[in-house]
Amino acid sequence: MLNQKWVRIIIFVIVLYGIWNLVYGVVNDFWKFNFLILGINIILAVSLNLINGYNGQFSLGHAGFMAVGGYTSAVVTLYYSKALMAIGLTPFFIFLLAILAGGIFAAVFGFVIGLPTLRLKGDYLAIATLGFGEIIRLSVLNVDYLGAATGMKGLPAYTNANWVFFLTIITVLIIYNLINSSHGRAILSIREDEIAAETMGINTTRYKVVAFVIGAFFAGVAGALFAHNIRLVTPTSFTFLQTTYILVMVVLGGLGSTSGVILGAAAFTLMNTFLANYPYERTIIFALLLIIMMLLRPEGLMGTKEIQIPFLSKKEGDSYGAIASRKAN
Amino acid sequence: MALLQVEKLTKVFGGLRAVSNVEMKIEPGELVGLIGPNGAGKTTIFNLLTGVIPPSEGQIVFNQKSIVGLKPYNVTDIGIARTFQNIRLFKTLSVLDNVRIAYHHRVKYNLFESMLFRFGRFRTEEAKLTEEALNFLDIFGLKNLSGESAQNLPYGMQRRLEIARAMATGPSLLLLDEPAAGMNPQETKELMELIDFIRKKFKLTILLIEHDMSLVMGICERIYVLDYGQLIAEGTPAEIKANPRVIEAYLGEEAS
Repeated sequence: MLNQKWVRIIIFVIVLYGIWNLVYGVVNDFWKFNFLILGINIILAVSLNLINGYNGQFSLGHAGFMAVGGYTSAVVTLYYSKALMAIGLTPFFIFLLAILAGGIFAAVFGFVIGLPTLRLKGDYLAIATLGFGEIIRLSVLNVDYLGAATGMKGLPAYTNANWVFFLTIITVLIIYNLINSSHGRAILSIREDEIAAETMGINTTRYKVVAFVIGAFFAGVAGALFAHNIRLVTPTSFTFLQTTYILVMVVLGGLGSTSGVILGAAAFTLMNTFLANYPYERTIIFALLLIIMMLLRPEGLMGTKEIQIPFLSKKEGDSYGAIASRKAN
Repeated sequence: MALLQVEKLTKVFGGLRAVSNVEMKIEPGELVGLIGPNGAGKTTIFNLLTGVIPPSEGQIVFNQKSIVGLKPYNVTDIGIARTFQNIRLFKTLSVLDNVRIAYHHRVKYNLFESMLFRFGRFRTEEAKLTEEALNFLDIFGLKNLSGESAQNLPYGMQRRLEIARAMATGPSLLLLDEPAAGMNPQETKELMELIDFIRKKFKLTILLIEHDMSLVMGICERIYVLDYGQLIAEGTPAEIKANPRVIEAYLGEEAS
C-alpha cells in the first residue's frame, strides 16, 4: 500500500525528526521545556482548528477538554501506576495508556457537551462551550480525589521529545487525512452552508458532533502531555486564558488551514518563550497582536490556504489526490 | 402510480397561512411548473417537500411512502434533490468538491478508514466518486473549472453547478427553485436545453418554480398556479395562459 506519496511523507518525517532531535540536543533546559510546549500547542491548535476552522463552529471549551485529559492521565500515572507495573507494564505502556485514557475521556466529555450545545450557533455556542469549560474546571476544584485547589503534584516526567514529536505528527496526519476525505468534506460543507449541506444528504448534527469529539480527543491527548511535562495538574492551568491562547494561535495562523495553524502555534510559542521575563507585558503584546491581526489580516496568516511543500506535493499517479481539494497557494 | 402526491398540504407561520390545502400529483417523467406571484408560497412548498420545515397539516407521499417528518438528508437518500432560489453553493470549496459532497450519502468507507486506513476500500471509493463527479462536471460543461473555487464562477455557471450538485445526489425527482433567475435570454435558452437534456438522459421528473414565463411556457407540460398559499389553477401552458383567475392574480382585477 506504500505508494510514492507515502514514501515521501515518511522521508519528510524522518528528516523533521532529525532536525527536531538536533535542535533539542543543543538547547538548554529552559528551551527544552518550551520545545515540548511547542509540540503540545501544535496539537491543541490543530484540533481546535478542526472545530472552529474546518467545521465553522465557534468553540471556546478547549481548555476544559485539555483539563479532562490532563487529570485523567494524572490519575492513571499517579494512582494506578503501581497496579499497572504489578501486571508487568513498563513506563512506556503506562504513559501510552494514560494518554489514551485522557483522550478518550475528553472525547466522551466532548460528546456529552457537544450533543446539546451544537444546536446553538455563533456567539451562543461560544458562550455555552465557554461555560462548560469553566464548569469542568470548577468541578475539579472541588474534588478532593483530584487534589482540589492544589491539584496533583509529582507526576512522573514521562513527556519527552519523542512522545511529543510523534504524537504531534500523528495528530496532524490524522486531521489532514480526515479533511481530505468524504467525511472531511461533509465537515467543511457545514461551515460553508448548513442548509445546503443538509439538503445534499449530510447529517449535519452528526458531523458537528464528530468534529467536536475528535477535537476534544486531541485536546485530551495534549492535556496528558502537558501534565507530564510540567509534572503537575492544577485547575489554574486550564482557565479561559488557556483557551484564548489556543484561539490566538488558530486565528493567527488562519482558521481552516492546518499548515497555517502550525505556523501560528510556533509563532505564538516562540514569542511566549522569548517574552518569558515579561509576564505582564506579554499579555498586552498578545492582545495588541490579535487586534492588529483582525484589522490588517482578519483571515490569519494563511487564510484557508495551505503551505505547499514542493517535495510533498509533487504529483504522481495518485488517483484520489490528483486534484487538490483547494487551490494551491 | 404518481411519483409525488401532495394531499391537503398546509403550513401556518403564526397567523399566516403560507400554504393552504395544496393538492398536487406528479407522474414519473413529467416536467411540471409551479408559478405564482411573489410571496405565494412556492419556496415554502419546496421547503416542505425537502423536510427543511415540517408541514402543519397534510400528507406528502413519494414513491408510495409518506415522507412527512423525514430530515432533509433522509429526503436526499430516497431521491429528491433541489436547488435554491438564492444560490447556496459551498463557496470557498472547489467546484469538484461541491459535487463530491453530494456523493457523501452513498460513500461506503467509514470515519476510521478516512483517518487511519486510507487504502483498499477507501481508495477505490474515493477514485470512483471523483471520476463520477468529474463526469457530471463534464456533462454540465464545468470540467475544466473543477479546481476553481465555486465563488469565482460567473453567475450562470454557479446556477449550473448547483444543478450539477443536485443531480450528483442521484435523485428521481429534481426540484428547481427559479433556475433562470438573473440570467440573460441567451443563458436562459441554454438552461432550457440543459434541463431538457438531463431530463431525458437521467429519466428525471422535474418540478420547477420560475418567473420567466418564456421558460415555463416553453418547457413545462403542466403548470400549477399558486396565489396566497392556495392553488388557483392547474393545466397545460395553453390553459393557464387563458385562465381568468391566473390573469387576475398576476395583473389584478379589471376595473368595472
